[in-house]
Amino acid sequence: MQAQESYTPQWHDVCHEDDLVTNSGVCALIGEEQVAIFRIVNGEGTQYFAISNWDPIGEANVLYRGIVGSLGGKTVVASPLYKEHYELATGTCLERDDVSVNAYPVRVDAQRVLIEL
Amino acid sequence: MVGHHFVEQLINSQHDCHVTVLSGEGRLAYDRVYLSSYFAGKTAEDLAMTTPETYQEWGVDARTNARVSDIDRVAKIVTLESGESFEYDKLILATGSYPFVPPIPGNDQPHCLVYRTIEDLEAISASSAQSKVGVVVGGGLLGLEAANALKQAGLETHVVEFAPQLMAVQLDMMGGEQLKVKIEELGVQVHTQKATQEIVAGENCRYRMNFSDGSYLETDLILFSAGIRPSDQLGRSSELAMGERGGIVINNQCQTSDSDIYAIGECALWDNRIYGLVAPGYAMARAAVAHLTGGEGEFAGADMSTKLKLMGVEVGSIGDAHVRTPGAQVYTYHNQPDGVYKKLVLDPTKTHVIGAVLVGDTSDYDTLLQYALNEIAVPEAPESLILPSSGEAPVLGADALGDSATICSCYNVSKGDIVNAIDGGCCSVGDVKGATSASTGCGGCAALLKNVVDSELEKRGVEVSKAICEHFNFTRQELYHLIQVEGIKSFNELLEKHGTGMGCDICKPAAGSIFASVWNDYILQQQHQPLQDTNDTYLGNMQKDGTYSIVPRVAGGEITPDKLILLGEVAKKYNLYTKITGGQRIDLFGARVDQLPGIWEALVTGGFETGHAYAKALRTVKSCVGSTWCRYGVQDSVTMAIDLENRYKGLRAPHKIKFAVSGCTRECAEAQGKDIGVIATENGWNLYVCGNGGMKPRHADLFATDLDDATLVKYIDRVLMFYTKTADRLQRTSVWMENLEGGLEYLQQVVIEDSLGIADELEAQMQLITDTYQCEWKTTIESPDALKRFRQFVNSEATDSNIQFVTERDQIRPATKAEKFSGEKAIPVEIV
Ligand code: SRM
Ligand SMILES: Cc1cc2nc3c(=O)[nH]c(=O)nc-3n(C[C@H](O)[C@H](O)[C@H](O)COP(=O)(O)OP(=O)(O)OC[C@H]3O[C@@H](n4cnc5c(N)ncnc54)[C@H](O)[C@@H]3O)c2cc1C
Ligand code: SF4
Ligand code: FES
Repeated sequence: MQAQESYTPQWHDVCHEDDLVTNSGVCALIGEEQVAIFRIVNGEGTQYFAISNWDPIGEANVLYRGIVGSLGGKTVVASPLYKEHYELATGTCLERDDVSVNAYPVRVDAQRVLIEL
Repeated sequence: MVGHHFVEQLINSQHDCHVTVLSGEGRLAYDRVYLSSYFAGKTAEDLAMTTPETYQEWGVDARTNARVSDIDRVAKIVTLESGESFEYDKLILATGSYPFVPPIPGNDQPHCLVYRTIEDLEAISASSAQSKVGVVVGGGLLGLEAANALKQAGLETHVVEFAPQLMAVQLDMMGGEQLKVKIEELGVQVHTQKATQEIVAGENCRYRMNFSDGSYLETDLILFSAGIRPSDQLGRSSELAMGERGGIVINNQCQTSDSDIYAIGECALWDNRIYGLVAPGYAMARAAVAHLTGGEGEFAGADMSTKLKLMGVEVGSIGDAHVRTPGAQVYTYHNQPDGVYKKLVLDPTKTHVIGAVLVGDTSDYDTLLQYALNEIAVPEAPESLILPSSGEAPVLGADALGDSATICSCYNVSKGDIVNAIDGGCCSVGDVKGATSASTGCGGCAALLKNVVDSELEKRGVEVSKAICEHFNFTRQELYHLIQVEGIKSFNELLEKHGTGMGCDICKPAAGSIFASVWNDYILQQQHQPLQDTNDTYLGNMQKDGTYSIVPRVAGGEITPDKLILLGEVAKKYNLYTKITGGQRIDLFGARVDQLPGIWEALVTGGFETGHAYAKALRTVKSCVGSTWCRYGVQDSVTMAIDLENRYKGLRAPHKIKFAVSGCTRECAEAQGKDIGVIATENGWNLYVCGNGGMKPRHADLFATDLDDATLVKYIDRVLMFYTKTADRLQRTSVWMENLEGGLEYLQQVVIEDSLGIADELEAQMQLITDTYQCEWKTTIESPDALKRFRQFVNSEATDSNIQFVTERDQIRPATKAEKFSGEKAIPVEIV
């Protein structure tokens, strides 16, 4: 925990915008961390999200392979293993208060996808 | 644990006071109940019940490594080992207990350990890594849990018990014996009636334990779990009233002999009893808070019933398990082959349950516990409560419980509390959990809680909406009609016209399935892809570690030697686990997502097609060998099975569909257990419909007899298409038919007599599906775009480091967490 406090996040260039899949996810490896990246296109325009790829309940690296959608106004991904929903913006698990995953800032710059971690 | 519960309750009571917590350990309270999960990879943080930040928010002054060495009752001061001292108005002792280590010479050697704290577990892990054999001394509840931990760490594990049976506190002799048999089957050796005399140096192992009967056992590690003793030194040194065999004496308010000092949890002795479980400790904490804050409630003893799963063996014990009540009446059920033993103890008048022992099957536990706790009158034939259900077992509905009935004993939540919470606005199990804490402790009451919540909601007329989900106010059948009639071809269009929001993991796959049933486009077309469940997206079944299984179609179960060899070669090349399925084909497990295209390319080139094991679609048509070889066969069941499988393969439906074809009435293909069953007769085929195995088996109904080949196919076309159009999402044919008004007869009218005049349309739709069939895997490996999805990382060729295998019976299997952690036996994932 302490190690993390002194760690300054950096922006990592991970892929071209075309590598993303609309309304679905892909996964990038940044150091040791697997990051699930989603591009959501709907009436409100295009949004990008990044959360940890580790499913803390199913205990496997699979979140990028889940179905995305909305629940009560929140944009979520459903874990492909046991179907819990994680809010993409924050990483909170809607079914379990005690569970969440990391959420990371994303931006797209000159068609490159950047993640801050 | 209990001390923390006390603090929590006190803060909740909003009583104005200043609280200091002095913890002898290097951390704040953590959950010992789940201590063993530490071996499965849980960390100290996962087990923590609170954090310094939370205590700070509550205004609680919390100190760790703060062991109290002295209490001055006159000056009202406690002093720490470090010399620091604190004044108090009221003092709460929640010092718990410590493991008892029998005074055996040699018990103080480095690999002689106990099981109580996180530090103990760390020591056990470290010692296990250098040991081959481990012994647990003590065959009680904790001892067996400890044995499980040693076994999972890969040690040859023994349990040595002084008494003649295991779990002597909770189980009777027969129950203990049955448990022993079960546990030995799992590879843990149990030695009862063994008293250890000394621990000396071993010959083959680190130590040798010599028993009083002259026998001995060699081991590298010894774990003592021979009971607990209250940590009551402070009570003793400050001369509080003590029990003869230890424990600080308390009254119903949990006060000790000094009215300003309370004792709660495992250090306290109430009515000459120490309670070694959390729930009674929590009850004491609540009683103490109530007394301190002028609230109501006192400690009046606690129920010691337990239900647990030891190494996968279910064990339960309720109330008077040992039949100590004079005149009590006993019923027993013993099924030795299945390892199930149940005992029911009734009061002398045979009206109430006062105790029970359950080994091997605790499915009756919740019901029995409710009978016991709430003194509900037993049914006329009380034995029915423990006999295996032959149809109508009396189930205790939520309605049978009174408002005072305890639902969750960990947090003392009654049915009345739940009713209040619902009246206060809770409208789901989740809400009720949040409001009452019910089912957030051991979790044992989860099923009952759901039962009560559902039944209460129903009573309040909370209508279970038929809408498929929050995005569409339609049933699946209505969506099907909309898509077909309006010619809708994409989810976005459907959502725009008829839905709200973005869709979810319920409506998206349902819509994807309907698009496939109606239009039968390639399932990974760009607009459909985000709709599919991950199994459909990756055209394989996701396994628990995120790898996939591969099931090529083997129509009718018929396979050439060359194809068998190819399967073997592919499995070997990619190092896949290979198993024959229950559906007459072969499953290859453990493929990483990036390996799938290569594997399928090899299979497709060799003439295989996808088996749709991942899809809600036709799975298999099972066959028996039939008239070609079998001396009793009257028709060629294999050819029929292959033809049917090839006709309906790829048909996407509300749920999976299974067929079988038998060559005569001996029915070796088990066709009457399938959605579509075909049995040969002298004159043709008998058609059975709407059967299944699985969770709720149902025999198929005889639908029509002595059909020729063409009529058989025609009827099956119509039945399946009608089902596909009208069934609910995830409804199998059996449930669908039972819900059709008119049932089987109605279905016969629609299909055989064409009473709705839709037979032609149904057949034409089926013909379209058959004509547009494509092997999804073939299309996928030919499409560079589709292949892009089959990679773990967009920015790296690396593979998922969490996927690790070990070898078992000459094949791979996923490594357990402990194995991954130790990193020892894991075979590295080969990159092919
Ligand atoms: C592989 C196999 C077990 C085996 O090793 O033999 C299997 C494995 C699975 N079955 Fe099964 N079932 C398998 C034969 C069966 C059978 C036997 C049969 O088909 O003759 C049944 C009972 C018969 C029936 O379905 O009527 C069966 C009843 C189920 C059920 C319960 C269905 C029900 O209506 O109650 C499920 C759960 C579900 O579908 O919702 C299920 C679900 C599953 C899933 C898909 C669970 C999951 O989501 O991971 C398993 C994954 C398969 C995989 O990873 O490849 N499996 N499953 C069998 C594959 C047969 C095949 O070749 O395709
Ligand atoms: C492996 C394991 C599995 C279990 N499983 C279950 C189960 O499934 N169900 C169940 O109901 N129960 C279970 N239990 C029992 C349960 O953990 C105990 O009943 C519960 O922890 C008792 O709470 P307590 O607060 O009385 O004691 P503890 O949780 O032991 O807390 C006492 C604390 O006081 C500290 N302390 C002691 N002396 C001093 C001092 N002089 N100064 C300062 N601090 C001091 C100790 O270091 C300790 O941290 C299990 C226990 C173990 C070890
Ligand atoms: S019975 Fe259960 S565990 Fe076995 S394969 Fe089927 S779903 Fe999996
Ligand atoms: S009984 Fe333990 S959580 Fe409810």
